[in-house]
Amino acid sequence: MITQIGVLALQGAFASHAACIAELGHSPVEVRNTADLNNLDALIMPGGESSTMSQLLASSVLFEPIKDVIADGLPIFGTCAGMILLSHEIVDGKLDQCCFDAIDITVRRNAFGRQVDSFEANVDTVIGDFHGVFIRAPRIEAVGEKVQVLGTYGGEPVLVCQANVLAASFHPELAGDVRLHEYFINSFVTTKEK
Amino acid sequence: MELTRYDVGMSQNQKEPRSEQGTMRVKRGLAEMMKGGVIMDVVTAEQARIAEDSGACAVMALERVPADIRRDGGVARMSDPEMIESIQAAVRIPVMAKARIGHFVEAQILEALGVDFVDESEVLTPADEAHHIDKFAFTVPFVCGATNLGEALRRISEGACLIRSKGEAGTGNIVEAVRHLRSILGDIRRISQADAAEQFDWAKKLQAPLPLVQEIARTGRLQVPLFCAGGIATPADAALAMQLGAEAVFVGSGIFKSDDPAPRAKAIVEATTHFRDAHILAKVSRSLGAPMTGIGMDEINESQRFASRGW
Repeated sequence: MITQIGVLALQGAFASHAACIAELGHSPVEVRNTADLNNLDALIMPGGESSTMSQLLASSVLFEPIKDVIADGLPIFGTCAGMILLSHEIVDGKLDQCCFDAIDITVRRNAFGRQVDSFEANVDTVIGDFHGVFIRAPRIEAVGEKVQVLGTYGGEPVLVCQANVLAASFHPELAGDVRLHEYFINSFVTTKEK
Repeated sequence: MELTRYDVGMSQNQKEPRSEQGTMRVKRGLAEMMKGGVIMDVVTAEQARIAEDSGACAVMALERVPADIRRDGGVARMSDPEMIESIQAAVRIPVMAKARIGHFVEAQILEALGVDFVDESEVLTPADEAHHIDKFAFTVPFVCGATNLGEALRRISEGACLIRSKGEAGTGNIVEAVRHLRSILGDIRRISQADAAEQFDWAKKLQAPLPLVQEIARTGRLQVPLFCAGGIATPADAALAMQLGAEAVFVGSGIFKSDDPAPRAKAIVEATTHFRDAHILAKVSRSLGAPMTGIGMDEINESQRFASRGW
Protein backbone atom coordinates (compact mmCIF):
# COMPACT_ATOMS: atom_id res chain seq x y z
CA MET A 1 0.00 0.00 0.00
CA ILE A 2 1.06 3.60 -0.56
CA THR A 3 2.24 5.39 2.53
CA GLN A 4 2.27 9.14 3.13
CA ILE A 5 5.77 10.15 4.11
CA GLY A 6 6.13 13.69 5.42
CA VAL A 7 9.34 15.59 4.66
CA LEU A 8 10.06 18.55 6.91
CA ALA A 9 10.33 21.36 4.32
CA LEU A 10 11.40 24.36 6.40
CA GLN A 11 14.87 24.51 4.84
CA GLY A 12 17.39 22.13 3.31
CA ALA A 13 17.45 19.09 1.04
CA PHE A 14 13.77 18.23 1.37
CA ALA A 15 13.21 17.97 -2.39
CA SER A 16 15.84 15.22 -2.77
CA HIS A 17 14.21 13.16 -0.01
CA ALA A 18 10.78 13.66 -1.59
CA ALA A 19 12.18 12.40 -4.90
CA CYS A 20 13.50 9.23 -3.20
CA ILE A 21 10.09 8.60 -1.61
CA ALA A 22 8.32 9.11 -4.94
CA GLU A 23 10.79 6.78 -6.66
CA LEU A 24 9.81 4.04 -4.19
CA GLY A 25 6.15 4.52 -5.15
CA HIS A 26 5.11 6.29 -1.96
CA SER A 27 3.66 9.72 -1.57
CA PRO A 28 5.88 12.52 -0.19
CA VAL A 29 4.19 15.36 1.74
CA GLU A 30 6.05 18.65 2.35
CA VAL A 31 5.59 19.65 5.99
CA ARG A 32 5.64 23.38 6.79
CA ASN A 33 2.84 23.72 9.36
CA THR A 34 0.92 21.65 11.93
CA ALA A 35 -1.90 20.77 9.50
CA ASP A 36 0.66 19.07 7.25
CA LEU A 37 1.43 16.64 10.09
CA ASN A 38 -2.03 15.04 9.90
CA ASN A 39 -2.34 11.54 8.43
CA LEU A 40 1.38 10.92 8.02
CA ASP A 41 2.79 7.39 8.20
CA ALA A 42 6.32 8.69 8.83
CA LEU A 43 8.36 11.89 8.87
CA ILE A 44 11.78 12.63 7.37
CA MET A 45 13.97 15.45 8.70
CA PRO A 46 16.41 16.41 5.96
CA GLY A 47 19.85 17.91 5.94
CA GLY A 48 20.30 21.66 5.79
CA GLU A 49 21.33 24.10 8.50
CA SER A 50 20.19 22.89 11.90
CA SER A 51 20.24 26.39 13.42
CA THR A 52 18.01 27.68 10.60
CA MET A 53 15.57 24.80 11.03
CA SER A 54 15.61 25.25 14.78
CA GLN A 55 14.59 28.90 14.33
CA LEU A 56 11.85 28.00 11.81
CA LEU A 57 10.50 25.16 13.99
CA ALA A 58 9.87 27.79 16.66
CA SER A 59 8.43 30.50 14.41
CA SER A 60 6.21 27.99 12.57
CA VAL A 61 4.97 26.60 15.93
CA LEU A 62 6.06 23.11 14.85
CA PHE A 63 8.46 22.15 17.63
CA GLU A 64 5.92 20.91 20.20
CA PRO A 65 3.62 19.17 17.67
CA ILE A 66 6.60 17.26 16.20
CA LYS A 67 7.84 16.37 19.69
CA ASP A 68 4.35 14.95 20.33
CA VAL A 69 4.20 12.82 17.16
CA ILE A 70 7.67 11.43 17.91
CA ALA A 71 6.51 10.52 21.44
CA ASP A 72 3.40 8.90 19.90
CA GLY A 73 5.69 6.59 17.93
CA LEU A 74 5.58 8.06 14.42
CA PRO A 75 8.56 6.64 12.49
CA ILE A 76 11.19 9.34 12.01
CA PHE A 77 14.27 9.40 9.76
CA GLY A 78 16.74 12.27 10.28
CA THR A 79 19.76 12.89 8.09
CA CYS A 80 22.67 15.23 8.90
CA ALA A 81 21.00 18.38 10.29
CA GLY A 82 17.90 16.22 10.83
CA MET A 83 19.99 13.91 13.00
CA ILE A 84 21.30 16.91 14.97
CA LEU A 85 17.71 18.00 15.64
CA LEU A 86 16.77 14.51 16.89
CA SER A 87 19.78 14.13 19.18
CA HIS A 88 19.96 14.23 22.97
CA GLU A 89 22.81 16.72 23.08
CA ILE A 90 24.45 19.05 20.55
CA VAL A 91 28.11 19.98 20.96
CA ASP A 92 29.39 23.11 19.18
CA GLY A 93 25.93 24.23 18.13
CA LYS A 94 24.41 27.64 18.59
CA LEU A 95 23.60 28.24 22.27
CA ASP A 96 19.85 28.61 21.77
CA GLN A 97 19.62 25.71 19.32
CA CYS A 98 16.91 23.26 20.38
CA CYS A 99 16.74 19.50 19.80
CA PHE A 100 14.00 16.88 20.20
CA ASP A 101 15.98 14.51 22.44
CA ALA A 102 14.44 11.60 20.52
CA ILE A 103 17.55 9.45 20.29
CA ASP A 104 20.22 9.13 22.96
CA ILE A 105 23.22 10.37 21.02
CA THR A 106 25.64 13.24 21.52
CA VAL A 107 26.40 14.98 18.24
CA ARG A 108 29.08 17.49 17.33
CA ARG A 109 27.98 19.91 14.63
CA ASN A 110 30.33 20.24 11.58
CA ALA A 111 32.80 17.91 13.29
CA PHE A 112 34.30 16.69 10.03
CA GLY A 113 35.30 20.26 9.15
CA ARG A 114 34.43 22.84 6.53
CA GLN A 115 33.11 22.20 3.02
CA VAL A 116 36.62 21.59 1.61
CA ASP A 117 36.79 18.62 4.03
CA SER A 118 33.43 17.19 2.91
CA PHE A 119 33.77 13.74 1.34
CA GLU A 120 32.11 10.64 -0.02
CA ALA A 121 33.10 7.18 1.16
CA ASN A 122 31.76 3.71 1.61
CA VAL A 123 29.70 3.15 4.75
CA ASP A 124 29.29 -0.31 6.23
CA THR A 125 25.58 -0.65 7.07
CA VAL A 126 22.94 -3.12 8.13
CA ILE A 127 21.82 -3.34 4.48
CA GLY A 128 25.38 -3.81 3.18
CA ASP A 129 27.79 -1.33 1.63
CA PHE A 130 26.27 2.10 1.06
CA HIS A 131 27.74 5.16 -0.64
CA GLY A 132 27.91 7.79 2.10
CA VAL A 133 27.94 11.48 1.14
CA PHE A 134 29.19 13.57 4.08
CA ILE A 135 28.61 17.34 3.74
CA ARG A 136 30.05 19.43 6.61
CA ALA A 137 28.86 16.43 8.52
CA PRO A 138 28.11 16.08 12.22
CA ARG A 139 29.85 13.37 14.22
CA ILE A 140 28.18 11.04 16.70
CA GLU A 141 30.44 11.32 19.75
CA ALA A 142 28.52 9.14 22.15
CA VAL A 143 25.59 6.72 22.04
CA GLY A 144 23.37 5.59 24.93
CA GLU A 145 22.69 1.93 25.73
CA LYS A 146 19.27 1.94 24.01
CA VAL A 147 20.83 3.04 20.74
CA GLN A 148 21.59 0.46 18.07
CA VAL A 149 24.45 1.20 15.68
CA LEU A 150 23.35 0.23 12.15
CA GLY A 151 26.20 1.69 10.14
CA THR A 152 29.82 2.72 10.64
CA TYR A 153 32.54 4.61 8.81
CA GLY A 154 36.13 4.20 9.97
CA GLY A 155 34.85 2.39 13.05
CA GLU A 156 32.59 5.26 14.11
CA PRO A 157 28.78 5.14 14.15
CA VAL A 158 27.14 7.05 11.26
CA LEU A 159 23.75 5.30 11.13
CA VAL A 160 21.90 4.68 14.39
CA CYS A 161 18.40 3.89 15.64
CA GLN A 162 16.40 3.86 18.82
CA ALA A 163 12.75 2.72 18.90
CA ASN A 164 10.92 4.66 16.14
CA VAL A 165 13.86 6.92 15.26
CA LEU A 166 16.49 6.32 12.56
CA ALA A 167 19.33 8.83 12.11
CA ALA A 168 22.27 9.17 9.70
CA SER A 169 25.13 11.65 9.72
CA PHE A 170 25.44 11.32 5.91
CA HIS A 171 23.06 12.00 3.01
CA PRO A 172 21.36 8.91 1.54
CA GLU A 173 19.14 11.28 -0.49
CA LEU A 174 22.20 12.39 -2.51
CA ALA A 175 23.58 8.90 -3.15
CA GLY A 176 21.40 8.07 -6.16
CA ASP A 177 20.44 4.93 -4.22
CA VAL A 178 17.09 4.60 -2.45
CA ARG A 179 17.91 1.43 -0.46
CA LEU A 180 18.15 3.22 2.89
CA HIS A 181 14.81 4.95 2.35
CA GLU A 182 13.39 1.55 1.41
CA TYR A 183 14.89 0.04 4.56
CA PHE A 184 13.35 2.82 6.67
CA ILE A 185 9.91 2.24 5.15
CA ASN A 186 10.11 -1.55 5.36
CA SER A 187 11.59 -1.79 8.86
CA PHE A 188 10.05 1.20 10.62
CA VAL A 189 6.84 2.12 8.79
CA THR A 190 5.36 -1.13 7.46
CA THR A 191 6.24 -3.03 10.64
CA LYS A 192 4.37 -0.50 12.69
CA GLU A 193 1.15 -1.08 10.73
CA LYS A 194 1.17 -4.83 11.32
CA MET B 1 22.60 5.83 31.49
CA GLU B 2 25.57 3.97 29.99
CA LEU B 3 27.26 5.90 27.22
CA THR B 4 29.65 4.56 24.64
CA ARG B 5 32.13 7.31 23.81
CA TYR B 6 34.01 7.60 20.56
CA ASP B 7 37.40 9.23 20.50
CA VAL B 8 36.93 11.75 17.72
CA GLY B 9 40.58 12.73 17.61
CA MET B 10 41.76 9.25 16.78
CA SER B 11 40.57 8.66 13.26
CA GLN B 12 42.64 11.63 12.09
CA ASN B 13 45.76 9.54 12.70
CA GLN B 14 44.33 6.15 11.86
CA LYS B 15 44.40 4.90 8.32
CA GLU B 16 40.95 5.96 7.10
CA PRO B 17 38.98 4.01 4.53
CA ARG B 18 39.32 5.47 1.04
CA SER B 19 37.30 8.63 0.70
CA GLU B 20 36.96 11.22 -2.07
CA GLN B 21 36.83 14.99 -1.64
CA GLY B 22 35.81 17.79 -3.96
CA THR B 23 33.69 15.59 -6.24
CA MET B 24 30.78 17.19 -8.08
CA ARG B 25 28.40 15.26 -5.83
CA VAL B 26 30.06 16.65 -2.69
CA LYS B 27 30.23 20.19 -4.11
CA ARG B 28 26.62 20.17 -5.33
CA GLY B 29 25.62 18.59 -2.03
CA LEU B 30 26.25 21.81 -0.12
CA ALA B 31 24.10 23.73 -2.63
CA GLU B 32 21.33 21.17 -1.97
CA MET B 33 21.63 21.85 1.76
CA MET B 34 21.06 25.59 1.26
CA LYS B 35 17.76 25.14 -0.59
CA GLY B 36 14.79 26.91 0.93
CA GLY B 37 17.17 29.20 2.78
CA VAL B 38 18.49 32.75 2.79
CA ILE B 39 22.15 33.64 2.23
CA MET B 40 22.93 37.08 3.65
CA ASP B 41 25.71 39.54 2.78
CA VAL B 42 27.60 40.61 5.90
CA VAL B 43 30.56 42.96 6.33
CA THR B 44 31.39 42.39 10.03
CA ALA B 45 31.39 39.52 12.53
CA GLU B 46 28.61 41.32 14.38
CA GLN B 47 26.41 41.32 11.24
CA ALA B 48 27.26 37.65 10.68
CA ARG B 49 25.97 36.82 14.16
CA ILE B 50 22.77 38.77 13.52
CA ALA B 51 22.33 36.87 10.24
CA GLU B 52 22.86 33.49 11.94
CA ASP B 53 20.52 34.41 14.81
CA SER B 54 17.89 35.39 12.25
CA GLY B 55 18.04 31.98 10.58
CA ALA B 56 20.37 32.59 7.60
CA CYS B 57 21.50 29.28 6.06
CA ALA B 58 24.84 30.86 5.07
CA VAL B 59 26.57 34.24 4.99
CA MET B 60 28.52 35.98 2.25
CA ALA B 61 31.53 37.71 3.79
CA LEU B 62 32.53 40.88 1.96
CA GLU B 63 34.06 44.25 2.70
CA ARG B 64 31.32 46.37 1.17
CA VAL B 65 27.75 45.42 0.27
CA PRO B 66 26.94 45.93 -3.43
CA ALA B 67 25.07 49.21 -2.74
CA ASP B 68 28.30 50.69 -1.32
CA ILE B 69 30.45 49.25 -4.11
CA ARG B 70 28.10 50.95 -6.56
CA ARG B 71 28.31 54.24 -4.65
CA ASP B 72 32.09 54.21 -4.17
CA GLY B 73 33.09 53.17 -7.69
CA GLY B 74 36.73 52.20 -8.34
CA VAL B 75 37.99 48.62 -8.48
CA ALA B 76 36.21 46.14 -6.20
CA ARG B 77 38.36 43.15 -5.18
CA MET B 78 38.31 40.05 -2.96
CA SER B 79 37.90 40.91 0.75
CA ASP B 80 40.73 41.04 3.28
CA PRO B 81 41.41 37.49 4.57
CA GLU B 82 41.46 38.78 8.13
CA MET B 83 37.92 40.05 7.75
CA ILE B 84 36.78 36.73 6.26
CA GLU B 85 38.44 34.81 9.09
CA SER B 86 36.75 36.97 11.73
CA ILE B 87 33.39 36.05 10.19
CA GLN B 88 34.31 32.35 9.99
CA ALA B 89 35.14 32.47 13.69
CA ALA B 90 31.84 34.16 14.54
CA VAL B 91 29.34 31.67 13.04
CA ARG B 92 28.69 27.92 12.59
CA ILE B 93 26.81 28.23 9.26
CA PRO B 94 28.66 28.11 5.90
CA VAL B 95 30.67 31.20 4.95
CA MET B 96 30.92 32.24 1.30
CA ALA B 97 33.18 34.87 -0.23
CA LYS B 98 33.52 36.56 -3.60
CA ALA B 99 36.34 36.36 -6.14
CA ARG B 100 36.55 38.53 -9.26
CA ILE B 101 35.43 36.96 -12.53
CA GLY B 102 38.45 35.11 -13.97
CA HIS B 103 40.66 35.82 -10.93
CA PHE B 104 41.64 32.25 -10.12
CA VAL B 105 44.30 33.34 -7.63
CA GLU B 106 41.74 35.13 -5.48
CA ALA B 107 39.77 31.87 -5.61
CA GLN B 108 42.87 29.88 -4.58
CA ILE B 109 43.30 32.20 -1.61
CA LEU B 110 39.65 31.83 -0.61
CA GLU B 111 39.96 28.05 -0.85
CA ALA B 112 43.09 28.16 1.35
CA LEU B 113 41.13 30.18 3.91
CA GLY B 114 38.58 27.36 4.01
CA VAL B 115 35.57 29.34 2.79
CA ASP B 116 32.67 26.97 2.09
CA PHE B 117 31.61 28.44 -1.28
CA VAL B 118 33.26 30.86 -3.72
CA ASP B 119 31.05 33.32 -5.60
CA GLU B 120 32.73 34.24 -8.91
CA SER B 121 30.90 37.50 -8.88
CA GLU B 122 30.06 40.29 -11.30
CA VAL B 123 29.64 42.60 -8.30
CA LEU B 124 33.45 42.77 -8.12
CA THR B 125 35.44 44.27 -11.00
CA PRO B 126 36.19 41.50 -13.56
CA ALA B 127 39.85 40.44 -13.79
CA ASP B 128 39.58 38.70 -17.17
CA GLU B 129 37.57 39.93 -20.14
CA ALA B 130 37.27 36.55 -21.86
CA HIS B 131 37.71 33.72 -19.37
CA HIS B 132 35.91 32.63 -16.27
CA ILE B 133 37.69 30.52 -13.64
CA ASP B 134 38.19 26.80 -14.37
CA LYS B 135 36.11 25.70 -11.44
CA PHE B 136 36.84 21.98 -11.87
CA ALA B 137 40.37 22.71 -10.65
CA PHE B 138 39.10 23.45 -7.14
CA THR B 139 37.88 21.43 -4.14
CA VAL B 140 35.74 24.33 -2.95
CA PRO B 141 32.38 24.66 -4.78
CA PHE B 142 31.55 27.72 -6.91
CA VAL B 143 28.38 29.72 -7.46
CA CYS B 144 28.11 31.94 -10.54
CA GLY B 145 25.56 34.48 -11.70
CA ALA B 146 23.60 34.22 -14.93
CA THR B 147 21.14 36.43 -16.78
CA ASN B 148 19.93 33.71 -19.16
CA LEU B 149 20.14 29.96 -19.71
CA GLY B 150 23.09 30.15 -22.10
CA GLU B 151 25.19 31.92 -19.49
CA ALA B 152 24.06 29.43 -16.83
CA LEU B 153 25.06 26.43 -18.98
CA ARG B 154 28.46 27.96 -19.85
CA ARG B 155 29.14 28.39 -16.14
CA ILE B 156 28.01 24.81 -15.43
CA SER B 157 30.31 23.56 -18.21
CA GLU B 158 33.18 25.34 -16.39
CA GLY B 159 32.32 23.52 -13.15
CA ALA B 160 29.89 25.83 -11.31
CA CYS B 161 27.68 23.74 -9.04
CA LEU B 162 25.18 26.45 -8.18
CA ILE B 163 23.68 29.14 -10.41
CA ARG B 164 22.06 32.34 -9.18
CA SER B 165 20.28 35.01 -11.14
CA LYS B 166 22.47 38.10 -11.38
CA GLY B 167 19.64 40.53 -10.93
CA GLU B 168 21.09 43.99 -10.44
CA ALA B 169 22.93 43.90 -7.12
CA GLY B 170 22.82 46.88 -4.77
CA THR B 171 19.65 48.40 -6.23
CA GLY B 172 16.95 46.99 -3.95
CA ASN B 173 15.02 46.55 -7.20
CA ILE B 174 13.80 43.03 -7.99
CA VAL B 175 12.92 43.66 -11.64
CA GLU B 176 16.18 42.40 -13.15
CA ALA B 177 16.23 39.22 -11.04
CA VAL B 178 12.68 38.51 -12.18
CA ARG B 179 13.73 39.00 -15.79
CA HIS B 180 16.66 36.61 -15.36
CA LEU B 181 14.66 33.92 -13.55
CA ARG B 182 11.87 34.09 -16.12
CA SER B 183 14.37 33.87 -18.95
CA ILE B 184 16.25 30.86 -17.48
CA LEU B 185 13.20 28.93 -16.32
CA GLY B 186 11.13 29.82 -19.39
CA ASP B 187 13.82 28.50 -21.72
CA ILE B 188 14.12 25.31 -19.64
CA ARG B 189 10.35 24.79 -20.08
CA ARG B 190 10.62 25.45 -23.83
CA ILE B 191 13.61 23.10 -24.26
CA SER B 192 11.82 20.32 -22.43
CA GLN B 193 9.26 20.43 -25.27
CA ALA B 194 11.88 20.62 -28.05
CA ASP B 195 12.47 17.70 -30.42
CA ALA B 196 15.98 16.49 -31.31
CA ALA B 197 16.46 18.87 -34.24
CA GLU B 198 15.26 21.84 -32.20
CA GLN B 199 17.72 20.96 -29.42
CA PHE B 200 20.64 21.53 -31.85
CA ASP B 201 19.21 24.94 -32.62
CA TRP B 202 18.80 25.75 -28.90
CA ALA B 203 22.46 24.87 -28.24
CA LYS B 204 23.50 27.18 -31.06
CA LYS B 205 21.21 30.01 -29.95
CA LEU B 206 22.26 29.75 -26.31
CA GLN B 207 25.96 29.27 -27.19
CA ALA B 208 25.87 26.36 -24.77
CA PRO B 209 27.23 22.79 -24.93
CA LEU B 210 24.79 20.50 -26.77
CA PRO B 211 24.96 17.65 -24.19
CA LEU B 212 23.80 20.02 -21.45
CA VAL B 213 20.88 21.20 -23.62
CA GLN B 214 19.97 17.58 -24.40
CA GLU B 215 20.08 16.74 -20.70
CA ILE B 216 17.65 19.56 -19.92
CA ALA B 217 15.34 18.32 -22.69
CA ARG B 218 15.37 14.90 -21.01
CA THR B 219 15.04 15.94 -17.35
CA GLY B 220 13.18 19.25 -17.60
CA ARG B 221 15.53 20.83 -15.09
CA LEU B 222 18.82 22.67 -14.71
CA GLN B 223 21.77 20.39 -13.79
CA VAL B 224 22.47 22.32 -10.57
CA PRO B 225 20.30 24.24 -8.08
CA LEU B 226 19.07 27.70 -9.15
CA PHE B 227 18.94 30.47 -6.55
CA CYS B 228 17.85 34.11 -6.86
CA ALA B 229 20.14 37.07 -6.23
CA GLY B 230 20.20 40.77 -7.02
CA GLY B 231 17.64 43.22 -5.68
CA ILE B 232 15.73 41.38 -2.95
CA ALA B 233 14.71 43.92 -0.28
CA THR B 234 11.46 42.62 1.25
CA PRO B 235 9.86 39.33 2.38
CA ALA B 236 7.50 39.65 -0.60
CA ASP B 237 10.48 39.91 -2.99
CA ALA B 238 11.89 36.67 -1.57
CA ALA B 239 8.57 34.87 -1.90
CA LEU B 240 8.17 36.18 -5.47
CA ALA B 241 11.54 34.69 -6.41
CA MET B 242 10.60 31.36 -4.80
CA GLN B 243 7.19 31.23 -6.50
CA LEU B 244 8.85 31.93 -9.84
CA GLY B 245 10.98 28.83 -9.28
CA ALA B 246 14.15 29.90 -7.43
CA GLU B 247 15.20 27.32 -4.81
CA ALA B 248 16.75 29.75 -2.30
CA VAL B 249 17.62 33.46 -2.15
CA PHE B 250 20.66 35.65 -1.67
CA VAL B 251 20.01 38.97 0.04
CA GLY B 252 22.83 41.47 -0.35
CA SER B 253 22.30 45.09 0.56
CA GLY B 254 18.60 44.51 1.34
CA ILE B 255 19.07 43.57 4.99
CA PHE B 256 21.91 45.64 6.41
CA LYS B 257 21.00 48.74 4.35
CA SER B 258 17.50 48.76 5.85
CA ASP B 259 16.42 50.65 8.98
CA ASP B 260 16.19 47.63 11.27
CA PRO B 261 18.17 44.63 9.94
CA ALA B 262 17.40 41.83 12.46
CA PRO B 263 13.58 41.77 12.16
CA ARG B 264 13.82 42.17 8.38
CA ALA B 265 16.30 39.28 8.16
CA LYS B 266 13.99 37.04 10.22
CA ALA B 267 10.99 38.03 8.13
CA ILE B 268 12.79 37.23 4.87
CA VAL B 269 13.82 33.81 6.27
CA GLU B 270 10.20 33.02 7.15
CA ALA B 271 8.93 34.32 3.82
CA THR B 272 11.39 32.09 1.95
CA THR B 273 10.11 28.99 3.79
CA HIS B 274 6.41 29.87 3.66
CA PHE B 275 6.58 31.42 0.18
CA ARG B 276 3.15 30.17 -0.91
CA ASP B 277 1.30 31.12 2.28
CA ALA B 278 0.01 34.68 1.80
CA HIS B 279 -1.28 34.87 5.38
CA ILE B 280 2.16 34.23 6.80
CA LEU B 281 3.66 36.63 4.24
CA ALA B 282 1.21 39.33 5.39
CA LYS B 283 2.09 38.65 9.02
CA VAL B 284 5.86 38.78 8.61
CA SER B 285 5.74 41.87 6.32
CA ARG B 286 4.27 44.04 9.12
CA SER B 287 6.16 46.90 10.78
CA LEU B 288 9.66 46.14 9.54
CA GLY B 289 10.67 49.80 9.22
CA ALA B 290 11.86 51.27 5.95
CA PRO B 291 13.50 48.94 3.40
CA MET B 292 16.62 50.17 1.58
CA THR B 293 15.71 53.10 -0.65
CA GLY B 294 16.41 51.39 -3.95
CA ILE B 295 17.26 52.58 -7.44
CA GLY B 296 15.16 52.52 -10.61
CA MET B 297 16.81 50.82 -13.59
CA ASP B 298 16.56 53.98 -15.73
CA GLU B 299 18.72 55.76 -13.13
CA ILE B 300 21.68 53.44 -13.88
CA ASN B 301 23.84 53.86 -16.99
CA GLU B 302 24.46 50.74 -19.05
CA SER B 303 28.16 50.97 -18.11
CA GLN B 304 27.35 50.85 -14.40
CA ARG B 305 25.28 47.68 -14.60
CA PHE B 306 26.91 44.71 -12.85
CA ALA B 307 24.76 42.17 -14.72
CA SER B 308 26.43 42.88 -18.07
CA ARG B 309 29.79 41.71 -16.65
CA GLY B 310 30.65 38.09 -17.47
CA TRP B 311 30.63 36.24 -20.77
